[in-house]
Amino acid sequence: MRSAPTPAATALAEVFREEAGRITATLIRRFGDFDLAEECAQDALVAAMESWPREGTPARPGAWLLTVASRRALNRIERDKRYDRKLAEVALEPRRDEEDDRLRLILTCCHPALSREAQVGLTLRAVCGFTTAEIARAFVASEATVAQRLVRAKRKIALAGIPYRAPSGAELAERMGEVLAVLYLFFNEGHLSTHGTAAFQRDLAEDATWLAALLSRLLPDEPEVLGLLALMKLHLARSDSRFTESGELVLLADQDRARWDATLIAEAITLIERAARLGRPGPYQLEAAITACHAEAPSFEATDWLQIVVLYDMLLALAPSPIVRLNRAIALWKVEGSAPALHELEAIAPMLDGYHLFHAAHAELLNDLGRREQARAAQRRALDLTENFSERSLLEQRLFR
Amino acid sequence: MKYVFLFCGTAADQAAFDALTPDELRQRYSQVGRWFAENQARLGHGNQLQGPDTATTIRFQADGKPVVKDGLFVEGKEIVGGYTEVEVANLDEALAMAKSWPGRGTLEIRPVIEQR
Repeated sequence: MRSAPTPAATALAEVFREEAGRITATLIRRFGDFDLAEECAQDALVAAMESWPREGTPARPGAWLLTVASRRALNRIERDKRYDRKLAEVALEPRRDEEDDRLRLILTCCHPALSREAQVGLTLRAVCGFTTAEIARAFVASEATVAQRLVRAKRKIALAGIPYRAPSGAELAERMGEVLAVLYLFFNEGHLSTHGTAAFQRDLAEDATWLAALLSRLLPDEPEVLGLLALMKLHLARSDSRFTESGELVLLADQDRARWDATLIAEAITLIERAARLGRPGPYQLEAAITACHAEAPSFEATDWLQIVVLYDMLLALAPSPIVRLNRAIALWKVEGSAPALHELEAIAPMLDGYHLFHAAHAELLNDLGRREQARAAQRRALDLTENFSERSLLEQRLFR
Repeated sequence: MKYVFLFCGTAADQAAFDALTPDELRQRYSQVGRWFAENQARLGHGNQLQGPDTATTIRFQADGKPVVKDGLFVEGKEIVGGYTEVEVANLDEALAMAKSWPGRGTLEIRPVIEQR
């Protein structure tokens, strides 16, 4: 279980994420230098962390941060003796819409020419206002490693000519795929991880949801953004019932549905319906719709499994994967019985041989069909793999390693 | 920004190319020709290279002594088959151009260190 951060830490995190992206974007606009802007915004956040708890939070925290960041930037430029040239650019650059600039910032941080870990690090720092130390804590990596990756990423932006721009049309849709993958990675890191115990740890799942909500305002006609936001809300609605007091995982069938957050579920369903009206289905919308079927069901048995099978079929048509086929087979079991489900499962066996949940489902189906000995063998395989899996997955999911 | 596109491919890519019928080959060459024509304004110097079995490598030893050997400098999977210079505004333009390349295999984009 995660312990709650202190109210002061939460308030600080909220100010940072509201302001960090705006300040970085404003500085890039003024100085035309991504690296400089990002560094100076970060310097201002670090300065605030030191001085605000001591001297109190200023009346206008955003203005305070922007002033500090701008002063740092000017100092650095002066030091680099590029002052005249940059000053001329500052005077010429017209002011643009701030929201638009944050979209450009997000898209630049998640540029496909950057590695996933660089995308994650840059987005957390430049858009959400995480410090390098916070990123290191969240991903269980050393601060030096994270810092080094960020330096390398910003060097690549400058040297490879990655532009600070928001594309449109088909290119935007393609680039959004990268952005959404990064957001979902943050979310899962925060939502699924159990290592977040420090009182000052920022809640990655909450930051990811905030960022998805921001994107849904910047791009109201992108249905996949709405789908991802809905999916996050559905997971959050059920997060309290996912673990026992002692931190053990509770399976969906055994969760106390009375503890699910009905308001969040209703918000998610409204988002799914809004996305559906745009008429462009996608993997996140379908994942959200499937999760909504579970969230709306009064009990595990009374779940609309047929609807879930149909949604999995649509998902498979868009994004085929053996894991999705496994989940579909489990839903099919509830609709058509054990024999057709087992047939499905055996078709994907070679692809999922190393996945413990495959063998767990296989064992249940074999047991259901009275094939006890085979069921026991599958169960053993599942257990063998589980031990390795929890260790391995922890290692594999750690970025920055 | 100036970039170099390195056109690379594996032995499997080469085999797929060798297996093209004369008609397919003509079609491929005409697509490639069209790509070069459409992008002419942005292209600098470039060449297609002879095959890997024509390569000669000189490796300098720690003491500076050159050692000549037959073949590629690494027996890697990807073999550079040609290159061209490209002059565009930024990486997004370079990527858009590279994505429209009608050949197969792998395309590596490298920014050039420009002398100012």
